[in-house]
Amino acid sequence: MRRITLRHCIALCCCLFGLFSLSTHAAEAASFDPLLAELGEAKIKDMEPILVRIEAVSDETVLPLLRTLLNGNLYYIKAEKKVIGEFESNGETYYKDVFTDEINAGIDRRDVDKIRVNNNLRGYLRNAIARIQLTSKSPSVRENAVRELLSKLDGSTVAVLEGLYPNETNKKVKDAMGLALAMNTASQTELAASNRIAAIEKLSSSLENDVRNLLTTLTRDDNTAVVTAANIALEKIAQRANRFAFVDQLFFGLSLGSVLLLASIGLAITFGVMGVINMAHGEMIMLGAYTTYVVQLMMPNYIDYSIWVAIPAAFLVSGLMGVLIERLVICRLHGRPLETLLATFGISLILQQLVRTIFSPLNRQVSTPSWMSGSWEINPVLSLTLNRLYILAFALLVFIVLVIVLKKTPLGLNVRAVSQNRNMAKAMGVKTNWVDAMTFGLGSGIAGIAGVALSQLTNVGPNLGQSYIIDSFMVVVFGGVGNLLGTLVAAFTLGIATKFLEPTTGAVLAAILVLVFIILFIQKRPKGLFPQKGRAAE
Amino acid sequence: MKIKTLTSAIVLSGATLIALPSLAADTIKVGVLHSLSGTMAISETTLKDTVLMMVDEQNKKGGLLGKKIEAVVVDPASNWPLFAEKGRELLTKDKVDVIFGSWTSVSRKSVLPVLEELNGLMFYPVQYEGEESSKNVFYTGAAPNQQAIPAVDYLMNDLGVERFVLAGTDYVYPRTTNKILEAYLKGKGVAAKDIMINYTPFGHSDWQSIVSDIKKFGSEGKKTAVVSTINGDANVPFYKELGNQGISSEDIPVVAFSVGEEELSGLDTKPLVGHLAAWNYFESVDTPENEAFIKAWHAYTKNPDRVTNDPMEATYIGFKMWANAVTKAGTTDVDAVEQAMIGQTTPNLTGGIAVMNKNHHLSKPVLIGEIQDDGQFEVVWETDGVVAGDAWSDFLPGSKDLISDWTAPIKCGNYNTKTKTCSGQNY
Repeated sequence: MRRITLRHCIALCCCLFGLFSLSTHAAEAASFDPLLAELGEAKIKDMEPILVRIEAVSDETVLPLLRTLLNGNLYYIKAEKKVIGEFESNGETYYKDVFTDEINAGIDRRDVDKIRVNNNLRGYLRNAIARIQLTSKSPSVRENAVRELLSKLDGSTVAVLEGLYPNETNKKVKDAMGLALAMNTASQTELAASNRIAAIEKLSSSLENDVRNLLTTLTRDDNTAVVTAANIALEKIAQRANRFAFVDQLFFGLSLGSVLLLASIGLAITFGVMGVINMAHGEMIMLGAYTTYVVQLMMPNYIDYSIWVAIPAAFLVSGLMGVLIERLVICRLHGRPLETLLATFGISLILQQLVRTIFSPLNRQVSTPSWMSGSWEINPVLSLTLNRLYILAFALLVFIVLVIVLKKTPLGLNVRAVSQNRNMAKAMGVKTNWVDAMTFGLGSGIAGIAGVALSQLTNVGPNLGQSYIIDSFMVVVFGGVGNLLGTLVAAFTLGIATKFLEPTTGAVLAAILVLVFIILFIQKRPKGLFPQKGRAAE
Repeated sequence: MKIKTLTSAIVLSGATLIALPSLAADTIKVGVLHSLSGTMAISETTLKDTVLMMVDEQNKKGGLLGKKIEAVVVDPASNWPLFAEKGRELLTKDKVDVIFGSWTSVSRKSVLPVLEELNGLMFYPVQYEGEESSKNVFYTGAAPNQQAIPAVDYLMNDLGVERFVLAGTDYVYPRTTNKILEAYLKGKGVAAKDIMINYTPFGHSDWQSIVSDIKKFGSEGKKTAVVSTINGDANVPFYKELGNQGISSEDIPVVAFSVGEEELSGLDTKPLVGHLAAWNYFESVDTPENEAFIKAWHAYTKNPDRVTNDPMEATYIGFKMWANAVTKAGTTDVDAVEQAMIGQTTPNLTGGIAVMNKNHHLSKPVLIGEIQDDGQFEVVWETDGVVAGDAWSDFLPGSKDLISDWTAPIKCGNYNTKTKTCSGQNY
């Protein structure tokens, strides 16, 4: 009996407590509403004071509102004086309550006005979110919040950080907070110079951009000791940053190299192995890129997976187009390189116009899957963009698969036999016509795959192929016609050379210098880096 | 009596019958010289449609001088020399009274000698590098002091920018604009080491190292901004790379002179949100004139999603002014219309009144907008009142003493105020 009463008591307490917390929530929401209505009515320049008031009366519950506003998805229903969030799903637009996530189906686009934000407000919102997140449960969120606030350390933020610092248990967060406090100490001119210098020394181990900005301003300080300390710290940071900058530049070079490799590897087969000067190679790349676009159109809800469908699809589309071109045109012009050149050039124009007619001359928009966007931040000065990292890996993968196909499969054996000595291969019973068609199809298919990768980096339009055709020929000729390894080395050499030249010479001159270098190189070694050896090559 | 009336009626109606075809043949012809194919087709087709819409509207109001207006559309196909040929065709074969046309500076330079030789009249509706004033051309787009200079002023005064990256595509408009901006910035006390100039080829797609340079340039403790004259579709990978390398519009804002509503309409605008553009017109500006214009445009194109942009407004103002000038002169004769044009006024779509000055350039307001995720601009700054277009920049050594004045007694496109001489036309 007694036990039951106790239980009842607990249950009652729980109920009451629940009721109490519910009522506070309701009260909070009610106190928001007039502010939110004001927000909806306000002009952009009057919005910040309102947001300050909203931030003052709120806690983590307000985060969804601030985030929705930051992303530009907050709308105002004039008739009801309420705000509502917009989100998209399956290509349809829905409106939902920002706090309860409840979908409001009765609202039409015409009933709502967008609450617009500008850079000032975005900056403020980002900081406001960070200030609220300082007390988040997740250490990584806390750390990011501190780093976000480094650029705008005002008195109140510093006071909050000082309060939180002693009780912080996570080392990373504590370090970030220490950095922020050191930045604050270093910039306080009224503090003793020795304290400031100690803070500056602490700062010299950081690579954060905001720290460097602060130190640069400190080099104009009135106190000479502080200026010297700041200069030493900057020097130390610059040394470390330069090492990372070199790695960064190398990555840019490798990335450009991987793009060149992808673009030229198909040509290395059609031009290098078969000896066909294929001016329509660029258009095969373009077809691959357009295939990606069409695949994304057909599966708008699965953009993240669309690439995996697009790769085989692009291979098939471009490959089949290649086989078609080979069967209809190129095989009839065998041994007549000039006519082949002109005919394939004509084909490239036809394909471009075809795409213009079907898809319009405007560039098409290919989305980047979420797992490919963003960057891998190693430290504040070195971050590698993910899409380029994936494309680098993908280019190497394609290269390896192609080498295996050529070295280990019956098709590869036939291709090599035909390219070395056509008549002898024919005499041995190789169907040379069939091998030609398959080789051309393979080269074109690889170009299509390159198109999928390039659609993630550049504009998908009818002229996409043209911008890569010259580079592709350059790489193949430089590397040595008929040699896949040569293509690999040439692509990365040219990529890295261009990227190391660019900062000093500019993009235009760098391209010219590389071209001049190749012309001179070809004068010296007409067969490229890795010439084919043996009697058949003569 | 009855018979007499009848005969007179027959004679009268016969006279009208004869008069009618001659009236139909006697139209005012408007030539449209915009590329409908090739690379520039994307931008120029819109302007062709705008001229056709204006012609249509004017005809509904009863035409001009009691005559109907007839548009003659030709396609110079983004091929610069073809602009001269097509221009000659319009003036000699079709005998048009006025031409609306051209987008790129090189196409305008190509058709200019033809216009001056045959004494034609052309309206050029796109922002350009200045350093030109021809008797036969009215420039309704922005001169550098109506776009570039106010934009830089905004960056310096409102955003506190102290370091500038001048990034552009490698051709005449960016080169001249950047030369003017460099001289202007140095005049304002910006040190040479705080200005970085960078040129890239048309359609440049690998922005990694340039963006990384910009990032490095921006981490020197001073607020940095990019002034972009990057043209066409090279902008997309540029803004994408900025996003990828974590440069947000709050850290290093980019203010662009060639990115408008039309260019944004086919893009994923996410990486561009918050960056800036300077124009004389934005579709988002809320005025009754603009609302009516957008409504008419949607009705004419039968597409409620078509956007409007700055060169369209320039075409609109140019056409209205031309129609008023023809009414004022009472003829379509080029010399009479040219004189009647000067001093013409038309309400801007963004509020205020545009005035055609003696130098054949307009006085217009300058607006700066932030790109929004729906491809529209939010105006963040505008000039008080209108800015008069300056044909010859005050910041270049070769042209600061030059003025253009097409009224008597000077009547010269490049009059040197120091030597008091007109160096004549030499285009």
